[in-house]
Amino acid sequence: MSEPIKLTRKDFASDQAVRWCPGCGDYAILAQMQKTLPDLGVPKENIVFISGIGCSSRFPYYMNTYGIHSIHGRAPTLASGLKLANPELSVWIITGDGDSLSIGGNHLIHILRRNIDVNIVLFNNRIYGLTKGQYSPTSLQGHKTKSSPMGSVEQPLNPLSVAVGTEATFIARTIDTNVKHMGEVFRRAAAHKGTSFVEVYQNCVIFNDGAWGYATDNQTKDDHILELEDGQPLIFGKERDKGIRLNGLIPEVVSLADVSPNELLVHDEDGPASLAFFLSRMRQPAFPEPIGVFRDIKKITYEEGAISQISEAVASRGKGDLHKLFHASDTWEVTPEHTNGHN
Amino acid sequence: MPESKHHVEYQDIESVIIRFAGDSGDGMQLTGLQFSNTSAVFGNDISTLPDFPAEIRAPAGTLAGVSGFQVNFSSEEILTPGDAPQVLVAMNPAALKANLIDLEPGGKIIVNTDAFNNANLKKADYDSNPLEDGSLDGYDVYELPITTLNRNALADLEDLSTRDKDRCKNFFSLGLTFWIYDRPLETTLSYIDKKFAKNPLLVDANKRALIAGYDVGHNTEAFQTRFHIQPAHLKTGVYRRITGNEAIALGMITAAQKAGKPLFYGSYPITPASEILHNLANQKQFDVRTFQAEDEIAAMGSTIGAAFGGAMAATGTSGPGVALKSEAINLALVLELPMVIVNVQRGGPSTGLPTKTEQSDLLQAMFGRNGESPVPVIAPATPGDCFYMAIEAFRMAVRAMTPVFVLSDGYLGNSAEPWLIPDPDDIPPIVVKHPSAPSNGAEPFEPYKRNSETFARPWAIPGTPGLEHRLGGLGKQPDTGNVSYVPFDHEQMVKDRAEKIAKLADYVPPQTLIGPEEGDLLVVSWGSTLGAVRSAVKRVQGQAYAVSHAHIRYLNPFPKNLDSIVRRFDRILVPEMNLGQLIFLLRGRYGLETPFIPYPKVQGRPFTIREVTEKILSLVE
Ligand code: SF4
Repeated sequence: MSEPIKLTRKDFASDQAVRWCPGCGDYAILAQMQKTLPDLGVPKENIVFISGIGCSSRFPYYMNTYGIHSIHGRAPTLASGLKLANPELSVWIITGDGDSLSIGGNHLIHILRRNIDVNIVLFNNRIYGLTKGQYSPTSLQGHKTKSSPMGSVEQPLNPLSVAVGTEATFIARTIDTNVKHMGEVFRRAAAHKGTSFVEVYQNCVIFNDGAWGYATDNQTKDDHILELEDGQPLIFGKERDKGIRLNGLIPEVVSLADVSPNELLVHDEDGPASLAFFLSRMRQPAFPEPIGVFRDIKKITYEEGAISQISEAVASRGKGDLHKLFHASDTWEVTPEHTNGHN
Repeated sequence: MPESKHHVEYQDIESVIIRFAGDSGDGMQLTGLQFSNTSAVFGNDISTLPDFPAEIRAPAGTLAGVSGFQVNFSSEEILTPGDAPQVLVAMNPAALKANLIDLEPGGKIIVNTDAFNNANLKKADYDSNPLEDGSLDGYDVYELPITTLNRNALADLEDLSTRDKDRCKNFFSLGLTFWIYDRPLETTLSYIDKKFAKNPLLVDANKRALIAGYDVGHNTEAFQTRFHIQPAHLKTGVYRRITGNEAIALGMITAAQKAGKPLFYGSYPITPASEILHNLANQKQFDVRTFQAEDEIAAMGSTIGAAFGGAMAATGTSGPGVALKSEAINLALVLELPMVIVNVQRGGPSTGLPTKTEQSDLLQAMFGRNGESPVPVIAPATPGDCFYMAIEAFRMAVRAMTPVFVLSDGYLGNSAEPWLIPDPDDIPPIVVKHPSAPSNGAEPFEPYKRNSETFARPWAIPGTPGLEHRLGGLGKQPDTGNVSYVPFDHEQMVKDRAEKIAKLADYVPPQTLIGPEEGDLLVVSWGSTLGAVRSAVKRVQGQAYAVSHAHIRYLNPFPKNLDSIVRRFDRILVPEMNLGQLIFLLRGRYGLETPFIPYPKVQGRPFTIREVTEKILSLVE
């Protein structure tokens, strides 16, 4: 780009009225996205938002970019085809816990393993909102909902653990109420080449209010959240007086009154996948839940691989020539003398 | 070639249907292909059909492991691989047992007696040796110890293992059939040179096996007659063999080139459509972008994404895959993006008969989705026609901004015919117009503003400044495409989409008719049955019966003049490889009082010419 593009938050707001419930965490995510995009320097016409079905998936309608509100769970498939057709585009997938971990689980794992250069933002509210309050794949065991009046018997899925298992190259988590942190995570996700996977703790005020209370409540959040910083020891707490130490293969919470910071586990975004994995396993109440970038590694993207094969084919065979292609088989000629002549 | 050592007669015949059968490891596909190539180069019209075992690696020598390849070659125009083979080359007992049932009464059987040992007979479930128990009485059987003769011919190639020698015996049997049908060896000799170029020993061995087989004809008393099939009156030009699946791939590449765009093909492997994916994946120099998706739904979703991005986008599958794709097809339909969906139909329902053919997905293509969901449907009639219909599908898709179904089937996909290679320069371009950035002060962009002639909406693609817009699966306001639940908005959009597909009838070429313009009996068919039906109609016409034939390639919308054609006949016979799906559409369209007569066949096998001929005769005689 020769000239930096000076867009503002307003440029990214469409003329459609936003129709989430008042107080829904989605508003903050939308606002932060509209605020972050102007900083990325990507022309508006090169940005595409693709979603599936669910409350969060209304998102593209509110963005003044290109967008598709697709069908339940399938946004990654559309995004994959779009990126292969035009790798230059900046593509965001907006999804929810039901959309991407239940009906669309298959597509999620495959887009992550392929490392297609898109950004996935998963709004995790641990509930089905649009269908009015059934338990979701991230609802906690025992969660009472309309479809689980005696409590859900299912084990919840951990989205970031799934992401590590699929070889995802960028994994992060943020919280709807922590807008500054969210903006930074979006910036990092956008900067990453390959699939970026961001889980946002999002509050559904209507059907699962306070599901993330421990992470958002001003009184408690510092003790329940650990902000990851690359190259820094894992320290948390209101007084920053607690840390995470590895005891063999088992992480443990230690008090900095007893333990020197040198003994703490140090975060490494491009360290082994096992580090990101066990960070993803840290759950309330035994551990603070990490937010920030869990993993950020460099790998060839799917589009790079696919497009370079096209260049390779052109280099070795020459640009496609239909005449040659049609004749690329055993051919024979039927001439006027040939037809019905004795051999 | 040496002259025959015994008396040999020559006989001129019009055509022969020969089937090569053996164990899947015996190289019968290659043998059949070589026979067809030689016959094609010789100038005969040919049509071929491979028959693969359903299991990938069935145990050697068993019935499940039998692989066959049928070649029909003729001095006249032929349209099918033939009803029943007249000659069967059987390399082992299982091949004999599996194929004898198809052989014409009195047909020729060439068997490799070396393979008829107790172990092989048992594997083929024979209680006694059919060569000895009289069960082949009534056939013209030629018993040859092919394994031994072939080993003898290669005896002095000491560096070659017996196993490798035995692998040449398919060329031995090919050589023998070349002698019987008076074919030149050159095409296969030069094929062997090319194929085994890296291994001169194998070049030598395979050539010797071929020639030794040919010489056996000269030297064996049993072979008293050689047959001559003259070259056919084919249109002049350069030809190649082509299967339907190859032709679909070539057609798609051609369409994308003619539109000046990359071709995107998103697909999940499925029999019998996978060859399209294979063929396209190997042509990346045409900017072909293949995406082997994680499932059928992803294949469809990626195709929609690619179409949104401005590529010529297509997916291919078979019936069960279409079932999985249905929801996404409806998304494509309401996003109104152009793309092509190929269904290489197979026997259904459910997993059904993956390697067998059927035409039972016509109603699925028409109606197999929720809501009012009109989609254009076209069907190629021959393997070569698959090329033209693939291009046609893209033209219609782009013209009307819609997904278009191409209904091929397993029989078209796998069978091959000579294809008169077109000049790519004669194929008109596909003109694609993307709206460009609006000038300042222009009206805001309306993604669903329809073209008054075609009712298509504009194809604005990401990357175009000023045309940012959102598409979605929810109900819409006309013109703006904004989400709308207003009753009349919804009704208008439903009607507009229906009208848009109906308007494609302006594009569809008029229905052609073979035979009298009006009369007693019209035969109406679609898809891969063309060969058998057209041949049968010609036979009956040859017997001075007034019968006409209309083969429909455009199934939705129908050609405009089809209405008046069907009304000019007293009775209309509709042979289909299903229980009457085209009839269902015809009745729905032209009225119940129209005298349609169903003629269903649902056996996983195409119609034979004889079946259709007899059916027609039963009506007109
Ligand atoms: S139901 Fe919940 S998630 Fe959906 S919009 Fe309302 S508050 Fe937000």
